[in-house]
Amino acid sequence: MIPAVEFRSVSRHFGAVKAVDKVDLTIEEGSFFAMLGPSGSGKTTCLRLISGFESPTAGEIRIFGEASGAVPPNRRNVNTVFQDYALFPHMNVRDNVAYGLMVKGVGRSARHAKAEEMLALVHLDGFGERKPAQLSGGQRQRVALARALVNEPKVLLLDEPLGALDLKLREAMQDELKSLQQRLGITFVFVTHDQGEALSMADRVAVFADGRVAQVGTPAEIYEQPANRFVADFVGCSNVLPPDQTQRFGGPARWASLRPEAIRLDPGQGGTVRGRVTGLRYLGAATRVVLDCGGHELAAQIPAGAAVPAVGEEVGLGWQVQSLHLMEKE
Amino acid sequence: MMPASSQPTPAREIAERLTALFWKRPGILLALLLAPPLLWLGVVYVGSLIALLWQSFYSIDPFSGVVVREFTLKTYGELLLPQNYDIILRTVTMAAAVTLASAVLAFPIAFYAARFAKGRWKAVFYLGVMLPLWSSYLVKVYAWKLILAKEGIVTWAANGIGAGSLLDAVLSIPVIGGNSLSTSFIGTFTVFVYVWLPYMILPMQASLERVPKSMLEASADLGAGGLRTLWSVTLPLALPGIIAGSIFTFSLTLGDYIIPQIIGNSANFIGMAVYSLQGTAGNIPLAAAFAVIPILIMLVYLAIARRLGAFDAL
Repeated sequence: MIPAVEFRSVSRHFGAVKAVDKVDLTIEEGSFFAMLGPSGSGKTTCLRLISGFESPTAGEIRIFGEASGAVPPNRRNVNTVFQDYALFPHMNVRDNVAYGLMVKGVGRSARHAKAEEMLALVHLDGFGERKPAQLSGGQRQRVALARALVNEPKVLLLDEPLGALDLKLREAMQDELKSLQQRLGITFVFVTHDQGEALSMADRVAVFADGRVAQVGTPAEIYEQPANRFVADFVGCSNVLPPDQTQRFGGPARWASLRPEAIRLDPGQGGTVRGRVTGLRYLGAATRVVLDCGGHELAAQIPAGAAVPAVGEEVGLGWQVQSLHLMEKE
Repeated sequence: MMPASSQPTPAREIAERLTALFWKRPGILLALLLAPPLLWLGVVYVGSLIALLWQSFYSIDPFSGVVVREFTLKTYGELLLPQNYDIILRTVTMAAAVTLASAVLAFPIAFYAARFAKGRWKAVFYLGVMLPLWSSYLVKVYAWKLILAKEGIVTWAANGIGAGSLLDAVLSIPVIGGNSLSTSFIGTFTVFVYVWLPYMILPMQASLERVPKSMLEASADLGAGGLRTLWSVTLPLALPGIIAGSIFTFSLTLGDYIIPQIIGNSANFIGMAVYSLQGTAGNIPLAAAFAVIPILIMLVYLAIARRLGAFDAL
């Protein structure tokens, strides 16, 4: 099968700044693909390379097998939901949504009908007459979504679309985006710095660091088998163990990651290693315990309801052997 | 012993009390701050406008030349006399042409400055637009008279490149042509556009700069080419700036009496009519009535602009 989007050793340098550096990526058709990374890691530049607002300084991007080097943004069959939504303030919601059709030369009544259809898809029936300024943040987000979908793109690009929404709305929109993607069967490429969002929505996740792809995989692979200490730390704040510590904790002399929730605390004399509680952080559904294990700091997480040790208390730490995930590189 | 400085002096005590008063009643402070500018605006500015309007409802006794201080619409009726009506029509046509030409000339310059110019080129842009404003208006107008004169550089250059006959053909166009560029409406128009162009460029550039880049990208993303984006997104969003600029060029042309006096075929414009009516003719009411015309035209213009949605994006 031809992949929807393919990066072949793509670089985008701005002078000395390597925003994107030799990236290889394959995004399968119909998948929900997340680009995850901290700000400045190159994920948004990658998105803009697909939409055509940036051109690679080296390498090639193929969209459905076709080289896109010479294709301007307005001739690409991809559409974008912008981070700031970029709704046209002088047009009402219906004209905003119908804009792509107007550009194509679709007649007024046909494009209005289609716009209403798209508005119904995002649960904004009857909002056509309003101006963007009269809408809430969440509603604007839906209009931006409807506007980007009206041209029936083969790939929909979403640039941190939920960043400006509050938590409750964000969670609702996550579910809605996911179900919309499954219903339409369009390839979604989603840029986010929120690892929870990426893990819960995407079929595949690419973790970006310093303009390069640190790891690509399913959310479970990314979380359970991080390829290096950056991924381990950025996705779910894992405990990263350098080789000497791994050895001390009963593994080979390799870099390893140990998820906080995999650590069991034993107030008795047992445990693989022993540590002293130096801090507690209450998270609601769990409590994070920071421990000092012979000079190395470890974080453990105990679910709500379980006994929480006191600060200064000495406890034993234990985990199942397979929880200690060995990493290929640092 | 307490240090002397902490002893409240009478002046300090008053200051403290005032601070407390202003803090508790911010309205008092606001009123004190706003009173001088409001007095200026109300008395000097609006007040003189009302006095002007008032004068226009008086009339002049045709025999004695004395102003009759009675309310009448007779003076406004005089504006409809052919010789006066011609002046209004000529001025409004000129102002509209100047505004249109300024807008067309200013847009590419403002667009370049807002979208592409960076650093040093931005400075060059501002300097280039502002520099002509720093020299005297009269000097510029007289300089243009020399440039456009029959013996001037334009005629010389046109003859030099063999376009002399073209210039003659342009000058032979009825109404707007004339003996030379400096004695034709073409000349008047050229100098008006030159003098008022910065007032169109600057607000236009400011409004173009406020159009977010992501909006232009969104338009391209949805399939629009450059021209479609310009027409459907950039222009409507920059419209408030274009309207602001056109208010400047339009009203400045409507009121000017120096340029048509120095350059042109000495046909009357509203400003010149006002100037001679209030001076030598001593017909203050008619001068006032003439002066009200530009105000009315601008009000109508703004009402139409508003109806067309020019301020929707504000």
